[in-house]
Order: sequence, then C-alpha cells, then structure tokens
Amino acid sequence: MGIPLLEFFNVNYSYHTISCETQTLKDISFNLNKNEFISFVGPSGCGKTTLLNLTAGLLPLSSGAIRINGKPREESDVNIGYMLQKDHLLEWRTIYRNLTLGLEIQKKKDASHIEMMEDLLKTYGLWDFRNAYPRQLSGGMRQRAALIRTLALSPEILLLDEPFSALDYQTRLNVSNDIGSIIKEKGISTLLVTHDLAEAISMADKVIVLSKRPGTIKSIIPIEFGDNRRTPESARNAPEFNKYYNQIWEAIHDENEDFS
Amino acid sequence: MMKTKTSVKNAQTEYVRKIKRRQFLIRVYQILIFITFLFLWEYTAKHGIINDFIFCCPSKLFATFVSMLKDGSLLHHIGITLYETLIGFVIVILGSLGMATLFWWNQTLSKVLEPYLVILNALPKSALAPVLIVWLGANKTTIIVCACSVAIFGSILNLYTGFISVDADKIKLIKTLKGSRFQCLKLVVLPSNVPNIISIMKVNIGLCLVGVVIGEFLAAREGLGYLIIYGSQTFKMSNVLLSILILCVIAMLLYTLLQHIEKKLAEYF
Repeated sequence: MGIPLLEFFNVNYSYHTISCETQTLKDISFNLNKNEFISFVGPSGCGKTTLLNLTAGLLPLSSGAIRINGKPREESDVNIGYMLQKDHLLEWRTIYRNLTLGLEIQKKKDASHIEMMEDLLKTYGLWDFRNAYPRQLSGGMRQRAALIRTLALSPEILLLDEPFSALDYQTRLNVSNDIGSIIKEKGISTLLVTHDLAEAISMADKVIVLSKRPGTIKSIIPIEFGDNRRTPESARNAPEFNKYYNQIWEAIHDENEDFS
Repeated sequence: MMKTKTSVKNAQTEYVRKIKRRQFLIRVYQILIFITFLFLWEYTAKHGIINDFIFCCPSKLFATFVSMLKDGSLLHHIGITLYETLIGFVIVILGSLGMATLFWWNQTLSKVLEPYLVILNALPKSALAPVLIVWLGANKTTIIVCACSVAIFGSILNLYTGFISVDADKIKLIKTLKGSRFQCLKLVVLPSNVPNIISIMKVNIGLCLVGVVIGEFLAAREGLGYLIIYGSQTFKMSNVLLSILILCVIAMLLYTLLQHIEKKLAEYF
C-alpha cells in the first residue's frame, strides 16, 4: 500500500474572537489512500468545512500535523482541488474563460492543459455553452462547470464541500452520479463533506462520523458493496445500502442524545 | 391555427403601439412644458409684468448667445470649464481607485484613516475654496483641486465599501486555485465592482462640475463660473442666465455619456 496520500495526525483547530476561543476540531487522525473516497458526516457546526480548509492550507493548524505523500503539507507540491457549496462562476466571464481561471492563475495555460480541459468540456455536454455566460446555464450545468474548473488543474486530491446542496433533488442525483463517475474514472482521492447520508454512502469507500463541536471522530465506517464497479446510482439500490444508512444514522443519533 | 396566430400577432402589435404612443406623449408633454415656460417668460418680460433688466428674457438670452458665439468667447469659457471638470474627474476616479485598493490591501490603514475621511466627506467643501486660493493662488490648479475635494472623499468611501463587500467565497475560490492577493484584486474585486465604479462615476462627474463652478466663482478670470459671478456683479443678467443654462446642458450631456458607457458595459455584466 505504501504511504497514504493524505494523513491527519492528532489535528486540533481553534479560532479566536475577542470574547472567547472556540475549538472546532479535536484530535482528528485519519488516512486517505490513493483512489480512496471518504465522506464526512456530522451535525452542523462540527468543523467539517474547517477540515477541508485545513487540508487545502487555507487555515493554519493549531496543533498536530497533516502530511501529504509523507511530507508536511506546506512542503508538498501535490495539487489539491477544492469545490465549494456554490459554483461561484464569475458572472462577467464566459464559461470557457471561467474554466481556464485556475490555469490562468497557476500559469498553466499550455496546449496540453487546454486540450484536457476542452475534452472534459465536451464529455460533460458543456462544449456548446462555452461562449455562454454563467447566468444562461442551469444549476446542474453550472455545478458541472465548477467541477471542470477544478479538474482542469488535474488535482490528485479533491475536496468537496457539500457541492450538491444548492441543487434540486433530481439534478442533485444526476450531478452526483456524474461527478462520482468522473472521480472513479480518473482515480482522484476525495474528501466529501455532506449533510446527506445517502449521498455520503453512495459515493464513499469510507464514511467518517464526526461529533458535535468540538468535532472528534466518532466512528469510521468502511462501505463495501458486493459489486466493485458500482456507481453512486447502483449503490443507492444495493441491498447493503439500508444497513449502512441505519448504522450511520445511529452513530449520529447517539451523539444528539448525549447532548439533549 | 392561422387565425389564432394572426390574432396573437395583432395583440402584440397593439401592445407595442400602446407603449410607443405613451412614450411619444411623454416626450410631447416634456417639450410643451419647456415651450410654455419660454413663452410665458418672454410674454411677461415684454409686457412689463416682470422686470426684464433683472429677469432677462429668452430673446435677449438668444441674442447674447449668438453674439458670444460669434466672438468666440462663449466657446472659450465652456472649454475652460469642461477642461477643468474632466481633469478633476479623471484625478478623482484614478485617485479613489488607488486609495480604495490601498485600503482594501491594508485594512488596518483604512480603519486608522476612516474617521478622517468621514469628516472630510461631511465638510462643506465650499468652505475650503478660499483657503485653497490663499495656499495655491488664483489659478487653474486651485480650481481643479477644488473640484477634486468635492468629489474624492465620498468616492473613496463608496468604492472601498464596494471592494470589501465582494462575496468572501469568491475570494476563497481564488485562494483554493492558489491565487495571490493581487490576483484576488484583479480577477474578482475589480471586475465585480465595475457596475459600482460606473455609478460612482455618474455621481462624481456632477460633483466635479459643482467643484469647478465654486472654484471659478472665487478664483478665476475665465470659465462659466466666472461668467456667472462677473455677470451678476455687472448686472449682465443675460450672461448669468445663459451660463446657467449651458451648465445644465453640460451636466446633462456628461451624465448621458456615462449612462451610455454603462449600458455598453452592462452587456458584459
């Protein structure tokens, strides 16, 4: 197996305001292997997004360590893609210029990157809309565009922060199915944060349940279906699905009772 | 099938016709008000109901207009006023963009300077004009500084507010793509503020004109403001009113010009 791609060692994170110090993450340790998909679920405010921000290097750790490919996070040159809740396409740029945004920033607008981006654009049905502005696209298309913008930089680790929560139910199923297949096909290691248990299970190899603030790891539940060529859609229909659903539901439910 | 299509089309043409007729009528009323006003003014002045030495009258105004146009003095004064206004305007826009960017970059600096800006913005700038004359002399520089002082403080405050109210998640997006602070400014803060910048420009072109006229009242030998003050002191009311009328036209034209630019830009935003 070798070294895991991403390792968290006893990570703590607190933020400060004038009135107090608030700890949002406490003693978080886990590994993300290559090609692995981990979903995080837990009550709101348990630090799920903070966990992604720490991984992306947007926030400094309070204590503990994050290692990527065995090296401290700051020294690693692994590309990390981050998809936020909303698509945040820039309204004044065409879809095409929105998708090259990352390449532009990282000065990677060379032929090979552009070609790869254009392939994605064609594969996911947005080629005909490349000269349209974001407001002309539906919610699902916009979210796909946001994914392509992230994938254009060929990330090895993908961070998804409730990327489907702004979509309506039907679109959400379709888009999560699409995105799930892209991730599997490209073999990108992924951390997903979500409120939706079904979504968490259907896409993941492992579900990690976090407790209420300060977030600690409550349980790590490996997800295995008989069929190893599953898609998020087939997973939802698999016989084991309900078992996992109940198991995770109980893990979160326990938590709520402790505090009530 | 054919029939419904025609009737739909008729209803559509009928609707368009109604809207167009209404717009036409609005324009007619606007012009009628103007003509009635001119007529009443001329009539009352000619029949001694109002004193035409003090209130002047349209025909005198027109005669003055023609004679000043012929000797070239009118265009000279208009040119001076326009020149000072536009220079002031450009300085205000570039200056406030620069300052707002600096404040966005260093928010501690902005917190430190904020109360001073608020005070300077609230201060009636006409009070500053005499001081400026003493410091800088009675020349064009004074007038341009005067124009800038009227507009720039509010402009900086407005722009800065626009800069810091940019969606924080859009900034986060640039950071997740490993963008620098400068790239946040260039790719998100400035472009998302273009509509804001245009509306600030629309306000400031008018304010600069106000500043220039205040300056010319006190410190000029040329320009429309000078023409007004000189005319009122020598009871050449036709000069005064003509200058005011031209100021109206200039203000309207400058505003329309910016509105036009705004429309062009709106197609991209």
